[in-house]
Parts: sequence; C-alpha cells; structure tokens
Amino acid sequence: MKKLKVATVWLDGCSGCHMSLLDMDAAVISLAQKIEMVYGPLVDAQEFPEGVDVTLVEGAVSSQEDLNKIQKIRQRTAILVSMGDCAVTGNVPAMRNPIPVQRLLQRVYVEGTLEGKAVPTDGVPPLLKHARPVREFVKVDLCLPGCPPPAKTISGVIAAVLEGRKPDANLTVKFG
Amino acid sequence: MPNKKLSIRIDGALVDAYEGQTILQAARAGGKYIPTLCDLEGITPVGGCRICMVEVEGIDRVMAACTSPVQEGMSVKTTTPRLTQHRRLTVELLLVERNHTCAVCVSNGHCELQTMATNLGVSTVRLAYNFPKLETDLSHPKYVLDHNRCILCTRCVRVCSELEGAHVWNLTSRGINTRLVADLNGKWGDSKGCTSCGKCVQACPTGALADKGRAVEEMVKQNDRISALAMRRGAEA
Repeated sequence: MKKLKVATVWLDGCSGCHMSLLDMDAAVISLAQKIEMVYGPLVDAQEFPEGVDVTLVEGAVSSQEDLNKIQKIRQRTAILVSMGDCAVTGNVPAMRNPIPVQRLLQRVYVEGTLEGKAVPTDGVPPLLKHARPVREFVKVDLCLPGCPPPAKTISGVIAAVLEGRKPDANLTVKFG
Repeated sequence: MPNKKLSIRIDGALVDAYEGQTILQAARAGGKYIPTLCDLEGITPVGGCRICMVEVEGIDRVMAACTSPVQEGMSVKTTTPRLTQHRRLTVELLLVERNHTCAVCVSNGHCELQTMATNLGVSTVRLAYNFPKLETDLSHPKYVLDHNRCILCTRCVRVCSELEGAHVWNLTSRGINTRLVADLNGKWGDSKGCTSCGKCVQACPTGALADKGRAVEEMVKQNDRISALAMRRGAEA
C-alpha cells in the first residue's frame, strides 16, 4: 500500500502544536506504518517536496519567509490543514499587530536590551506588517483550532484521510 | 391577577405562554433552548447580540427571541439552516472585531463567546481580522477592564444600573468605534459612583471584565447569582 505523504510546517508559533502531534503516544507507532513524514521540523528534508497529501501548518504567517513558504506549500499540497490557533486566528503572534513593526523591533532589540542594541537584519526574514492567519493568504481545507489542538484531534484528521473519510465530520472545535 | 394564557408552538410543539412574555421566556419555561449571548435572566433584554434570532411563521425577517413578545397562535422555529448561518456569522463578526486571544485569556474555558463558537461549530472565520489597538483599564483596585475582549453586550451596563443602582457603565460612540466607558469616559478607578460590588464582572460573558490578578483560565463567572438576586428583587418589588 502506498503510504500517505504527510508534511508539517512550523511558521510563527511556539511548536506546541508539534508537541501535541507527538503527544499521541503509542498511536504514533501504528500511524507511522501508514504515513511517510516527508517534510517538517521532525524530519531532515531541506526542500518541501511535490505531491504531498496532507500538510499540517502550525503558526501564523508573520514574515516574508513564512509567506513564500506557505504559497509554495499550497501549490504542492492536496489537503492543507491549519493546525492550532496561531494558524487559524493569528493568536499570540498576532498580539503584536496593533504595534507598528519598526516601533516593535526598536522596543525589543534596542530599548529592551543592555548589550548589542541593534535591530537584527542578517539571516532573519523581514517581518510583515501583521502576523495573520494562514487562511488570509492561501486556501485552507481544514481548520483545527486549539492551543494546542488535542493530539486525538490531529491524529483523527490523519486517520480520516487514510480511510478516505471527510476529516471535518464530527470534529469538536474549541479556540484556546 | 395572572396574565392571559396563550398557546404558541415552538419547533412544532405546543407550549404554554403568558401575555407579556417574550419568545425567549416562553421557550425557557417550556424547556426549549434558544442560544443567547447578551441576555441575562433577570435584567432587561436589549436584543443586542442577535444570537437568539428565531423564525416566526408568516413573517419574512428573523426576530430576536429575547425582545419579541409572544402572540396567540404564533409558530416559532428556533433551529433552521438559515438561523444557524446567521448565528455563525454573528459569532464570526464578534471574533474578528476585537482581539479575542483565547489562549491567553483569564476566561479561557469559561467564556460564553468561546462556548458559543464551539456549540455552533465555528472553527474559523470567513472575514479578515480587524486587530484594533485597544486599551485596558487597570485603574480599579479590584477589577480590570480589557476592551480587547468586550463584545458590547451591555450586561455590565444593565446590572450596574438595574441591580446595583449605580449606573457607572455606559456606551460611547457608535458602530465599530463603540466603547464601554465608566462614568463620563473616565478611569474606572476614579469613579465615585462605583461601589466595587463586582456585579458587572460576574455578569460579563467574556474576559472583558475580570478580577485583578487572575491568570489564564482562572476567571470563573457566577452570573447565575446575578440572576438569582434579580429574581429576589423582582419578587420583593
């Protein structure tokens, strides 16, 4: 049987959703026999591959790099899932939105530190004006709110796709 | 003398109602559930949140159950695809209007807006988030006001005016600029009228009004006690 190609992505989030994904405990063993993890913080791949079946996106779209990534991922993914509140609503990363970016960077990297007072520019992507939910940039097929969404919810979605069921049926949702 | 008894149908079932009751009151007395947000039993309904919209046979537009009086022979539908669409969109509009960051809110897990979203199966919004810059008022020694979480339901305004008799709270401005204000747009802590009774805090459906010093998920409201007090007052009057 051909394995389901699953990718995960970590944009502007805390990695808590990935922790929740791993929190499915022993279920991960049986799931691992049916899926192939092709990209994400949990595996080594450098380039997002073509022809991915399901991509779980953690985090808001917050920088130019996030935006480039998510657009490429959308093109190469059949089912794109916003995993967790940051990807669904913006959540905590979006709390910076009412503050102008330059003012924010100034406060954190210049006023907020005793040494090396400078806004970093080398090797870090420029921030977008706002951190916003994935849905506002690309089409999202399924939203799993929660901070984080329970492990069972995440594994339930993968299981549903494996069995060819609609993943959003009987889904209990809760923000926060 | 009790009011005239009327007979109405709610979702097809015959329900006893009394002249002067609202559709919501008759539904509750008859054991029928209509979702609400701005309503709080015992204080005057205002029909503000539009969650309790119902369909009445023979009338094209949907009506707020909390403010519409019952009429003899009226047939009410509380759950239709059209009403569910309306309710979902209303919750989505509330979610995008201000900054409801459930994950870091004192009322996470005990919030009526959050619960309403869950009950209606709202897993995302179809509109762009507004992300407004809003203030928090920390001037009161016991309580805090966070405008980010306020849905302008006016429960606080009504309990303060109707139950406590202080009328500290009011709304100012209009539309998306509407804000809850203490007295004549002063700091809450400076209000001479505020008795620090905390009824507004208990009545608030979200984390907009909360006890000072509570951490995430720690603010559990007891608005049933507000309703119980209002009922006792009503019985005494």
